[in-house]
Amino acid sequence: MAAASNNQPLLEVRNLRIEFPTRRGTLLAVDDVSFDIAPGEVLGVVGESGAGKSLTGNAIIGLLEPPGRIAAGEIRLEGRRIDNLPYEEMRKIRGAQIGAIFQDPLTSLNPLYSVGRQLVETIQTHLPLSASQAKARAIELLQEVGIPGAEMRIDHYPHQFSGGMRQRVVIALALCAGPRLIVADEPTTALDVSIQAQIIALLKRLCREHGTAVMLVTHDMGVIAETADRVAVMYAGRVAEIGPVREVVKHAKHPYTKGLMGSIPSLGVRTERLTQIDGAMPRLTEIPPGCAFNPRCTSKGQRCLVERPNLMPAGATRAACWLHDSGGVGAPILKETIDA
Amino acid sequence: MLAFILRRILQSSAVLLAVGLVAFSLFRYVGDPVNAMVGQDTTMEERDALREKLGLNDPAPVQFFHFIANAARGNFGLSYRTSEPVGRLILERVPATLELSFCAAVFVLFVGVPMGVYTGLYPRHWSSRLLQAVSLIGISLPTFLIGILLILVFAVTLHWLPSFGRGDTVKVGWWVTNFLTVSGLKALILPAITLGLFQLTLIMRLVRSEMLEVMRTEYIKFARARGLTNRAINFGHALKNTLVPVITVAGLQLGSLIAFAVVTETVFAWPGVGQLFIQSVQFSDIPVMAAYLLLIGLFFVLVNLIVDLLYFAVDPRLRSQGGGARVGGH
Repeated sequence: MAAASNNQPLLEVRNLRIEFPTRRGTLLAVDDVSFDIAPGEVLGVVGESGAGKSLTGNAIIGLLEPPGRIAAGEIRLEGRRIDNLPYEEMRKIRGAQIGAIFQDPLTSLNPLYSVGRQLVETIQTHLPLSASQAKARAIELLQEVGIPGAEMRIDHYPHQFSGGMRQRVVIALALCAGPRLIVADEPTTALDVSIQAQIIALLKRLCREHGTAVMLVTHDMGVIAETADRVAVMYAGRVAEIGPVREVVKHAKHPYTKGLMGSIPSLGVRTERLTQIDGAMPRLTEIPPGCAFNPRCTSKGQRCLVERPNLMPAGATRAACWLHDSGGVGAPILKETIDA
Repeated sequence: MLAFILRRILQSSAVLLAVGLVAFSLFRYVGDPVNAMVGQDTTMEERDALREKLGLNDPAPVQFFHFIANAARGNFGLSYRTSEPVGRLILERVPATLELSFCAAVFVLFVGVPMGVYTGLYPRHWSSRLLQAVSLIGISLPTFLIGILLILVFAVTLHWLPSFGRGDTVKVGWWVTNFLTVSGLKALILPAITLGLFQLTLIMRLVRSEMLEVMRTEYIKFARARGLTNRAINFGHALKNTLVPVITVAGLQLGSLIAFAVVTETVFAWPGVGQLFIQSVQFSDIPVMAAYLLLIGLFFVLVNLIVDLLYFAVDPRLRSQGGGARVGGH
């Protein structure tokens, strides 16, 4: 294990590539994705369904569901490579160093065990505590995530909690062994809108207090804008743009990000219509050559149809778009070719 | 909880009453018992006297009432065949059947459930596929054929195990047991396997499909994300969630183990109630048949009652129903 220096990122994802072998050939679900997460940082990952956000999250916690597999690239946690660890080694990291929160709190908890038992077993799996110490810690955690009457509630079963309360229990479970990183996969999507804000605020507060970094996967730009330090925008299995959240929201550099931001309704600003991006994200089998976004892009040139852009500096962010390359997008495309 | 048990006991009594009605109707419609009991040269007067003594001249509802009242006290009358009290005849035979069924049930649960878990956890492994294929044989072969094949291999060819009877038995109080002698235990093996094989494959296939289902759930994935050991996930979280449907079916199957013992007992000349029943059918010994019917009904009802109580032990969601759970809001 490399010694962690001060400016070393907590998590490094390098050129990650996730494939699904199918009968009709191999599908490339995540292609050449790289990003870092610094200790204590909240990285938001946004994108449409199927953009590869959740797969990237699952790859980091080592729970890609077969037949999906990491075909290339590296994932490093505090300098230690974790993407090729044997199952048992990775199991010890899960929960202990990387916590996870899933989308639906109603199905994340085992209905047949009390929340206390689920907390205690997780704590005892990772920390050398006695049963009574583990129980004391479990009660503390429940209090910390804002469950009233934790001493009594610890013996209750998941069905005796509401959805929001269950997601608080899930957060307590993710935090219970003091992980450095939490991968939260759409943690509020299944909740009422009124509860969403509470859960996000709770997650944000706890992670700040514990110094825990978060990879927050969501398709809710509002949540990202409120919570994240940096944001990665994914499109068709690649990172389209990555940068500080303020820059990406206010001064998006990638045409796709611009389109995304234009589609968010904002209070106070009167707009007749929200802009929308024409077309849909291509299926994995139909990703075009060149830039994957080119069929929907309004600023594309000839170069975009043949050459795939990688992330390049674009103002304060990094975007995968030839607009920001000195070579530009190439010759304009004639109207006829677009129609055809 | 107590209300639930009382309700179930009431329902069970109704079921038993219905079984009693079926058993009782045997008396009315399956031949004339007097003919079977007396010789050719019995006079009509003697026949009438016997008829009166057996209570066969009372109106049907009265007879039914007497029948149920007597049955509740364990009095099923005299066997037409041996003129012994039916209660005693059955009681003598019950230990043999119960011990056989118990061994078969142990075989079914302790082999079937682990096999189901294994094939559910590793559905693609070659040994799982083999077990699946072999289990098809268990499902499709009739019990008597399996028994005869087992006898052919292990008794006739290999001489390892006895082919019929209970072997040496020991009397503990009124209960005659196989469990205390080597030859008694050896005699149990083949009949227990024969009796249990069908249920074993059924349980195995059920546990397998339930396991496959549960392993796909979010809470199993979340348990993995929490870094729990495979053992805790497979046997703590997954297996327990498969138990509710498995208990249901296992309970029903346990009842039918006792009922289906008839065939196995015949093949292995096992002196249990099933064999007694077959003999009684041949002699139209109706009191024995009626008592047997009631006994099987009683076993089924008891097993189902236990199954219902086990649900409460396994699933907390049932326990708190009526208790007005779901404390606190968001």
